[in-house]
Amino acid sequence: MTEKPVSQGQLIWRRFRRHKLGALGGMIIALLMLLTLFAHFIAPYDYATQRRRFAFAPPTKIHFFDKDGRLSWPFVYGLSRARDPRGVRWVYRENTDQVYPIKFFVKGDPYKLFWLIPTDIHLFGTGERDPNSPGQIFLFGTDDVGRDLFSRTLIGGWVSLSIGPLALAISLTLAIVFGGISGYFGGGWDNFIQRMIEVLNSFPGLPLLLALAAILPPGLPPAISFLLIIMILSILGWGGTARTLRGLFLVLREQEFALAAKAMGASNARIIFKHLLPNTLSYLIVSATLGIPGLILAEASLSFLGFGIRDPMTSWGQLLNQFTDSTITNLTYHPWLMIPGFFIIVAVLAFNFMGDALRDATDPFSVQGR
Amino acid sequence: MDDKVLLSVRNLQTHFELRRGVFGRAGVVRAVDGVSFDLRHGEAIAVVGESGCGKSTLARTILGLYRPTKGTVLFAGRPLDGDLRWYRAQIGYVQQDPYGALPPFMDVHRILTEPLVINNFKGDREQRIREVLEEVKLTPVEDFVHKFPHQLSGGQQQRLVIARAMILKPKFIVADEPVSMLDASVRVEILELLRGLQSSHNLSVIYITHDLSTVRYFTERIFVMYAGKIIEKAPVTELLKNPLHPYTQALLAAIPDPDPQNAVTMKKIPPGEPPSLVNPPSGCRFHPRCPAFIAGLCDQETPPEFEPSAGHCVECWLYR
Ligand SMILES: Nc1ncnc2c1ncn2[C@@H]1O[C@H](COP(=O)(O)OP(=O)(O)OP(=O)(O)O)[C@@H](O)[C@H]1O
Ligand code: SF4
Ligand SMILES: [Mg+2]
Repeated sequence: MTEKPVSQGQLIWRRFRRHKLGALGGMIIALLMLLTLFAHFIAPYDYATQRRRFAFAPPTKIHFFDKDGRLSWPFVYGLSRARDPRGVRWVYRENTDQVYPIKFFVKGDPYKLFWLIPTDIHLFGTGERDPNSPGQIFLFGTDDVGRDLFSRTLIGGWVSLSIGPLALAISLTLAIVFGGISGYFGGGWDNFIQRMIEVLNSFPGLPLLLALAAILPPGLPPAISFLLIIMILSILGWGGTARTLRGLFLVLREQEFALAAKAMGASNARIIFKHLLPNTLSYLIVSATLGIPGLILAEASLSFLGFGIRDPMTSWGQLLNQFTDSTITNLTYHPWLMIPGFFIIVAVLAFNFMGDALRDATDPFSVQGR
Repeated sequence: MDDKVLLSVRNLQTHFELRRGVFGRAGVVRAVDGVSFDLRHGEAIAVVGESGCGKSTLARTILGLYRPTKGTVLFAGRPLDGDLRWYRAQIGYVQQDPYGALPPFMDVHRILTEPLVINNFKGDREQRIREVLEEVKLTPVEDFVHKFPHQLSGGQQQRLVIARAMILKPKFIVADEPVSMLDASVRVEILELLRGLQSSHNLSVIYITHDLSTVRYFTERIFVMYAGKIIEKAPVTELLKNPLHPYTQALLAAIPDPDPQNAVTMKKIPPGEPPSLVNPPSGCRFHPRCPAFIAGLCDQETPPEFEPSAGHCVECWLYR
């Protein structure tokens, strides 16, 4: 009989789904998150184990037809290498006499699932435990010391994708606290916080990041440098959001419902967090989604320049760093080393698509909604 | 109704500073400028006046939302200063724009729970929410508890605002133009609801309006406000029959027909500019517009309050 009322959230969700690119972006992000969350399991190798006999091996071909052209269970041929005629580098050849069928749930390098459960089961592989066995599977090829790039890309992806949200969580918290105080209370605090943001914003971004990152001693444990990068990025990043939030709070505190809350005796903290903050939610969601690509790129630039995540720990930016180490021949002879860069581009685009869609969906003046 | 005074306001002043740039002071808006009155238990009064004369500012100062620049407010003999938590549970605030007064992302249940949580209500919350929704006739209750403000009509929104104001069983309610933003068709319902609540709970009410035709609904006395001051106070029938202040007379003359349906709102009358609250006219603030103006007195000296007949007070030199 009566139509079920539609909440604000449902309306936003409806409009978001209508946005094709945004939905695509959302799905890509969800997929990347899943891939990186289960990275150690999906990856056939550990990110740090070296197979020096297979340095700079190109991506391994997966075969579905045997030598005689008959359909078969997917397999790889054994890999053997030789000096190329000019003797500068290794060339790899498939040895069609050695057939290694692809197996699922095979035992391999040990790891901890979700950094907790110790196990050595990997989603797929050839099942060869000997690092020198010709039966290897390198979906994205290998690097200069024979580490599997596919495994490194997945495991490094966790770093690249988690730095954004973590840094964002911290900088949003700072922005909410300082922007909220600034806009709600005004006066002296407002002045002080605004000047502080101006000082922060007047620092040139990248040079400052480099300077800060360069202070980090080289021997730092990877986890610590990861956390420090997060801190640096978030401390530099909260100013703009805090400014916008201040403006929103300035308007919101004058709203009748804020006065009503005050009249019923709500504390300032309650008014700020329970009555006013939810009104800024759509702005926060959009600014978060649109902020993540910047942070992913910032991490990538830092790591690319060698100041962020350092070997053997890895991230997409750090993986690209290999180009700076050695000669440009890397790029011409080993184009597969660029694959992690492709992941950066895809992730950044996906977040941008999603941010745009969310902005349209949460825009109260959007016409397509009703 | 007993004769005990619930709310006592003395020489209340609320001024807003106008700022220009960071340092400059452009002046002071004297929105409320010397208001005194007593409100008894269970008494309802109406405050009428043109737009911008300081009615809402007076209401908010009495509610403890603005700090008075000067003067005192006593509630049940206790001054309003410092921590006002004791006061919050005893007052209700009904605002002009019901949609703006309701937090848009909270549903009816959340909105009504807030005052209970904040004031640490001891009894059964669900029970109280149900009672108050029934009292304001948002029934059947089940149909409303999980709705959001934007899913309610204007009249229903105002009922919800009234429910929120009533939920802690206050002694005193301030209703600031509670019907001026509603459709004419629902105004009467809301006013009747307020009148019913006022008599069944023996509430003291300050009803603010710029529409004289609605004051008869439930108020006993009318205060006429002009430029931050209350210039005439009298029982309703007395004021309508025998207005003393030239401003009040002009107001009533401008109502051609006593039928409330045809009543003119006060915005158009009387002729002349509403006074500036930053630089109010010297002497009597109404003197630039007053037909009975006494030169040399009215433009020099501010008239004090005179009481020509018992219970009928007026700030005008004609009654000296
Ligand atoms: N927070 C504030 N800061 C500065 N000036 C204010 C503030 N609030 C109100 N004023 C000024 O005080 C005067 C009185 O405003 P108020 O809202 O009390 O009038 P009102 O009688 O309620 O009018 P209306 O009928 O339009 O609601 C106006 O001139 C207004 O501009
Ligand atoms: S005091 Fe004088 S100017 Fe003011 S209303 Fe009375 S007669 Fe008019
Ligand atoms: Mg008002």
